[in-house]
Amino acid sequence: MCLSDLHGSTSGMASMASAGSPPGTGSGRFPAGGHAFPHPSLTGIAQLERHEILYLLHEAEQWVEFNRQPDKHCDLLAGMTIINAFFENSTRTLLSFEIAGKRLGADVVNMHAAQSSVKKGETLLDTAITLNAMRADAIVIRHGSSGAVDLIDGKVDCPVLNAGDGSHEHPTQALLDALALRHALDERGEGAEDFTGLVVTICGDIAHSRVARSNILCLQALGASVRVCAPPALMPAGIEMMGAKPYVDFDAALDGCDVVMMLRLQAERMSGQFIPSTREYHHLYGLTQQRLRRAAPDALVMHPGPMNRGVEIDSDVADMLDRSIITRQVEMGVAVRMACVDVLTRRARQLPGWESPLGQGQWK
Amino acid sequence: MKQTRPLTLANGRLVTPDGVRDGGVRIVDGAIAALGEDVAQDGDEIVDAKGALIVPGLVDLGVFAIDKPAFHFGGITRAALMPDQSPPLDLPSRVNYIAKSGKPDLWVHPLAAATRGLGGEELGEVALMREAGARGIATGRGWIADSGVMLRVLRYAAMLDLVVVSHAEDSGLAGDAVATAGEMATRLGLPSAPAEAEALAVARDIALAEIAGARLHFRQVTTAAALDLVRGAKARGVPVTAGVTPAHFMLSDLAIGDFRTFGRLSPPLRSDDDRHAVVAAIADGTIDVVSSGHDPRGPEDKRLPFSDAEPGMAGAETLLSCTLTLVRDGVIDLPRAFDLLAGAPARLLGVEAGTIREGAEGDIALVDQEKPWVVDRRKMEATADNTPFDGQPMQSRVLGLWKGGVKVD
Repeated sequence: MCLSDLHGSTSGMASMASAGSPPGTGSGRFPAGGHAFPHPSLTGIAQLERHEILYLLHEAEQWVEFNRQPDKHCDLLAGMTIINAFFENSTRTLLSFEIAGKRLGADVVNMHAAQSSVKKGETLLDTAITLNAMRADAIVIRHGSSGAVDLIDGKVDCPVLNAGDGSHEHPTQALLDALALRHALDERGEGAEDFTGLVVTICGDIAHSRVARSNILCLQALGASVRVCAPPALMPAGIEMMGAKPYVDFDAALDGCDVVMMLRLQAERMSGQFIPSTREYHHLYGLTQQRLRRAAPDALVMHPGPMNRGVEIDSDVADMLDRSIITRQVEMGVAVRMACVDVLTRRARQLPGWESPLGQGQWK
Repeated sequence: MKQTRPLTLANGRLVTPDGVRDGGVRIVDGAIAALGEDVAQDGDEIVDAKGALIVPGLVDLGVFAIDKPAFHFGGITRAALMPDQSPPLDLPSRVNYIAKSGKPDLWVHPLAAATRGLGGEELGEVALMREAGARGIATGRGWIADSGVMLRVLRYAAMLDLVVVSHAEDSGLAGDAVATAGEMATRLGLPSAPAEAEALAVARDIALAEIAGARLHFRQVTTAAALDLVRGAKARGVPVTAGVTPAHFMLSDLAIGDFRTFGRLSPPLRSDDDRHAVVAAIADGTIDVVSSGHDPRGPEDKRLPFSDAEPGMAGAETLLSCTLTLVRDGVIDLPRAFDLLAGAPARLLGVEAGTIREGAEGDIALVDQEKPWVVDRRKMEATADNTPFDGQPMQSRVLGLWKGGVKVD
C-alpha cells in the first residue's frame, strides 16, 4: 500500500541526516550501506570483523573534527531516546555516552541502578524489557556481570551498546583507544590506517579487565602484536590462546615496545587478596620514567582511566606531554561513541542503503 | 499399588549382568520370578516386547528434585535425592516424609545431609535419618572444607555402613568460580578456577576415607587428574567409587560460549581433554555410576548473566540416550551401560534393584535402542527446560516402564 509513503519518509529522514551530518561517509572503501556494519548491536569486539572496526573508526573521524567546533550540536538523532542503563558505578563512561547522545541531538536519559538494588527484586531482563517498553531507540548498558549485555541484546527491539560487562568486554573503550593511537601516530607522521608491526604492552589487572580483553582483540585485528603483563594471580589462564604474549616481568614486557597501556587494579572485582600491597605493586609493576626507558625511545603511554597515580603509573609519566595520550583517549571517547550510536540507529532512521532489516542474506 | 496379576514381558532382549540374550521376564508379586524364553504362564498379563531391550529401571544417584514425569520419560524408577532441599534433609522427619513422596511408581531414596543445614560444621543425626529411610549420606552441592569434620562424617558413616556421597571441589580454590580456568573462561571474562580444584578435593577425601574405612562415592569426577587418583585408590583396594553426569562426557566448556547458562553446571564443564579422560574412565571401569544430576531450573534461575545464574541441568530425560551413545561408539557394552545406570547405584544404596535377575524388584524398562528423537526444550516433561542438549538428535527411547511389576503411566 504505502510503498511511496515509505520512500517519502525515507528520503525525508535522509535529507535531515545529511543536513546534520558532516560529509565523509561512503568513501567506497567499505561495503555499501548497511553491509558495512551488519550488526544490530555492539556487544563486543569479538563479534567484529577487521573492516567493521575500521569502519567505526572511519565514522568516528568526522566526529573528532565536529567536536572541536564551537557549535557541537546536530540533529541527526532528533526525537530519538537513548537510555544509559548503568548497573555499575561509572562517571567518565556515562558522561561520555551522555555527551555523545546529546551532541547527536537525541534525548538522553540516565538510569542509575546500583546493582544491589536491582538484585533485590527485579531481574535484569525485566528491567531491560521495561526500558524496551518505554520505546528506547538505543540502550547503553554497563553491568558488573560478564555476558549481561549479550543477555539483553536480542530481548529488546533496539540496538544495545556494551559500556562494559563484568570482566568480558568494553568495546567502545578499545575503539577509542585505537582512534587515539591512530591520531597520535598520525601527528608523528607515522600514520597508517592500522597498526601493523606495532608492539603494544598492556600491563595491570588483566584477569579482571574488560578493557584488556577488548583491546587485545581490537589491536590484533588491526595488526598490532600485544604483550600482556601482570602478576600471576592477575593473569588469566589461556590468555595466549587469545594471541597475546604473557609476561610476569614488567621490564621484559616493556623491552622495545611502541605503546604502553597501563590498567588500574580492579579492587572491586577481586575477591580475596591478589597482591600484598599497592606499594609492592608499584615496586614491581608501576610505570616510572626509569622503566619507560626500556620501551622504544618515543613509546606512547595510555591509560583508560581512572588512574591511580603512584600505584600503576607515576604522575610524571602520566603527564608527559609528548608521550602520554591519556587525555586524548578521553576526547576520542565521545567521537567513537557518537559514531557507534549513529551507525547502530541508521536502520531505525532508514538511511539510504540501511533500509533492509538484518537477516536477509546477512548474519546477525 | 501392589501387583495383582503376574506379568510377562515376552520376545525381548534381556540385558543382564552376564550379557544380552533373547527372552522375557516374568514378574510376580512385584519381584522378578523367572527369566528366559517361554516364561509366561497361563493367566499372566502378556506384553510383547517385539524385540526391544528389557532393562532394569534406572537408579538415578544424586538428583536435586523429584520430577516424576521426567524420571518416567527417562526410564528412572528410583532416585536418590540430594539433601539440598528447602529445608535441607537434615532431620529424620524430613527424610521420612520425602522417602514416601514418590510411591508407588517412583521410589525416592533420600541422602541424609552430612552436616546440619549442610553448613559443613555440625554432624547431622545420620543414624536416625537412616531409620527414617536415608540410604546414604551426602555433603550436598558443596565440599566439606574442614578436614576434621569430614573425617568424623566418614567415620560415622563407616560405623553405620552408609555410603558418603561427596562433592569434589576444593572450596578455597573454587571460590566463586563459575567456569574452568582456560581459554573459554578467559575469553568470556568469567570467574574461573583451575581444574585441579577437583583433584585436590578427591585426594583429601580419599585419604580421609582410608583412615575411616568408609565407603566414599564422588558424585561427579570430571578431570583427568582426579580420575587418576580414583584409579589409584581403587587399585589399592580403597572402597571408593566415582560417578559422572552425561554433560561431562558429552560436552566441554565450548558449550558455555555465548554465555549459555544451561551449560552452567557444578562442577563446571571442563576442557575437551578432560572430557576424553572421562570417556576413558568410563571404559576402564574407574567411573562406576552415570546419573542425571537432575536439577530443573526455571528462568528465574537461568535467564540471568552467566555468573549470576544457578548451576544445574534438567538431565533425567536425556540420561539413558546419552549413556547409550557410549554403547553405540563402542566405549562400553550394554550390560555395562546398565550397570552404570542401575546396577552400581543400587549396590551403593543397598537396594535390591538395578539388575535383571531372579528375586530382584520388578523394576523394568522396555527400551528401543535405535529409536531416533530430537531433544526439544519446549516439549520436555521436566518441570523446567534447562537442558544443554536442546536441538540435539538422540537415539533410544523408553517404550514402557514398570515399577514393582505395575505399569507406570
